[in-house]
Amino acid sequence: MEKFVQIEKVGQTFDTKKGKFVALRDIDLTIRKGEFIALIGHSGCGKSTLLNLIAGLTLPTTGVLLLEDREIAGPGPERGVVFQNHSLLPWLTCFENVYLAVERVFGAKEGKAKLKERTAAAISLVGLDHASAKYPHEISGGMKQRVGIARALSMEPKVLLMDEPFGALDALTRAKLQDELMRICEATKATTVMVTHDVDEAVLLSDRIVMMTNGPAATIGEILEVKLPRPRERLILAHDPAYIDYRAAVLEFLYEKQAHVEKMAA
Amino acid sequence: MSAVTMGGDFGTEKPVDRAPSHRDTVPVGNINEVPLGGNTHSKPGAEVAAEPAKEKKMEKATTPPLQATGSPFGEKLGGLGRAILPPALGMMVLIGIWYIATMKGGSIPGPVQTWDAAAALFADPFYRNGPNDQGIGWNVLASLQRVGIGFGFAALVGIPLGFILGRSAFLSAMVNPIISLLRPVSPLAWLPIGLLVFKKADPAATYTIFICSIWPMIMNTAQGVQRVPQDYLNVARVLALSEWKVVTKILFPAVLPYMLTGIRLSIGTAWLVIVAAEMLTGGVGIGFWVWDEWNNLKVEHIIIAIFVIGIVGLILEQSLILLAKKLTKESS
Repeated sequence: MEKFVQIEKVGQTFDTKKGKFVALRDIDLTIRKGEFIALIGHSGCGKSTLLNLIAGLTLPTTGVLLLEDREIAGPGPERGVVFQNHSLLPWLTCFENVYLAVERVFGAKEGKAKLKERTAAAISLVGLDHASAKYPHEISGGMKQRVGIARALSMEPKVLLMDEPFGALDALTRAKLQDELMRICEATKATTVMVTHDVDEAVLLSDRIVMMTNGPAATIGEILEVKLPRPRERLILAHDPAYIDYRAAVLEFLYEKQAHVEKMAA
Repeated sequence: MSAVTMGGDFGTEKPVDRAPSHRDTVPVGNINEVPLGGNTHSKPGAEVAAEPAKEKKMEKATTPPLQATGSPFGEKLGGLGRAILPPALGMMVLIGIWYIATMKGGSIPGPVQTWDAAAALFADPFYRNGPNDQGIGWNVLASLQRVGIGFGFAALVGIPLGFILGRSAFLSAMVNPIISLLRPVSPLAWLPIGLLVFKKADPAATYTIFICSIWPMIMNTAQGVQRVPQDYLNVARVLALSEWKVVTKILFPAVLPYMLTGIRLSIGTAWLVIVAAEMLTGGVGIGFWVWDEWNNLKVEHIIIAIFVIGIVGLILEQSLILLAKKLTKESS
């Protein structure tokens, strides 16, 4: 197994007013190249904290994270992030938002025409050619999220990190974007880590589902390998016994083994 | 008297502020207002909007009922009346009180005298009889020029400084106590220093404007920089943008609204201070003019000057609000 991303004995402690808060402990995970990983768990279990660690936005208190055997010491464009709330700059058009990223990564080596071509290609990939000149406030939430994905993909990152990218969308738009994401990941062979709390989303998209225990001091509870053949079709899978089993396994973990979330929160 | 004036002013200001927004909504609402005349007309109205090809035919159908009922037009007139009537009434009450208070004569001239003096004054606002006797137009322009220069320098220094302080916690901690110490000082206290340094009245007055304008500019810009949403900064970090790109593509557009607030506050203070500064330094300028007319005991001119200063201040403020609206609309 090729080790692309290695997370070794990672723990994260935050200093709060009430003293130290242990968010994550003893996280060990290895991600293969081209793999699609879903991080799932109840809210407050540190899924996003783990994603931020891989992104390099925060640094671990203990342990180490490696990408291609090099330590992740800070954020960088080789790890594209799709933020939960799209985080498009409102004063730039969709095209300009993507162009900002493209220019940063390829600006030193390539001419303007080529950069624009790349930007247009990334916007095409998420099917937004018609909205390219629009400002973020002029388009729908689903479209904004797609621009966010286009921005992340345009940098040709080694790892695509997504923090509940479809959480704020309605079910129909979400399904559409999930299908699109599957197509894109298939086409680009992107290594992807996605934080989600949607069981169907996790089973449909992932190669492995990393299920996390409840916080504080959360860690990886179980890892479920999803061996469904690709390309996957949601309508066909809905009646697939294997799919139903995977789904049941995740649900069981979340609602039986980690059911005490309410008490913990209270 | 002054309290009444203040109250009256506030009364007028608010409705005037709202008036444009009312007018903005009226054209949009117009489409909706057509149906208000009766349900039968609502359908043609909607179709006009949907199918421009049939417009001419439909116009014939829709216009007569519009005129017949007249209710939307009446409503519009009512809306306009609501926007204009209260401020006009406030103004009339103010002038009425002024009139009654000065009816018995005395040192303060009444509205009629003042109006006559103003008519004479504004008949030739741009005359020049030597350096100490110039038209009111020149005086206002001279003051505006000082404010412009002092304010411009303040923006040139204050905005970049605000950016730096907003970006660096260390520098901010270093400079903030100094700013807190100096900010409450009346800008006029700086005037003697200005006179000493520049040896001339005119740059000293400009320098006073610089001093009073720079604080709001620094503070608001720095605050704006500190309040840039973390999301945007995360984007910058993930893309590993250069500091220059961070400033031009993320910080500047995000801080712009705060900066404009700083500019608006600054220009308000600057316009307040220039009158006082000019009273002390002399020369040409509306503040000096007030003092000169006091020495000439032309009280009606002082009252005119008060109105002129008020109106110019209002125009400055409103045009900046307008500019801010335009710029933030474009950027958001």
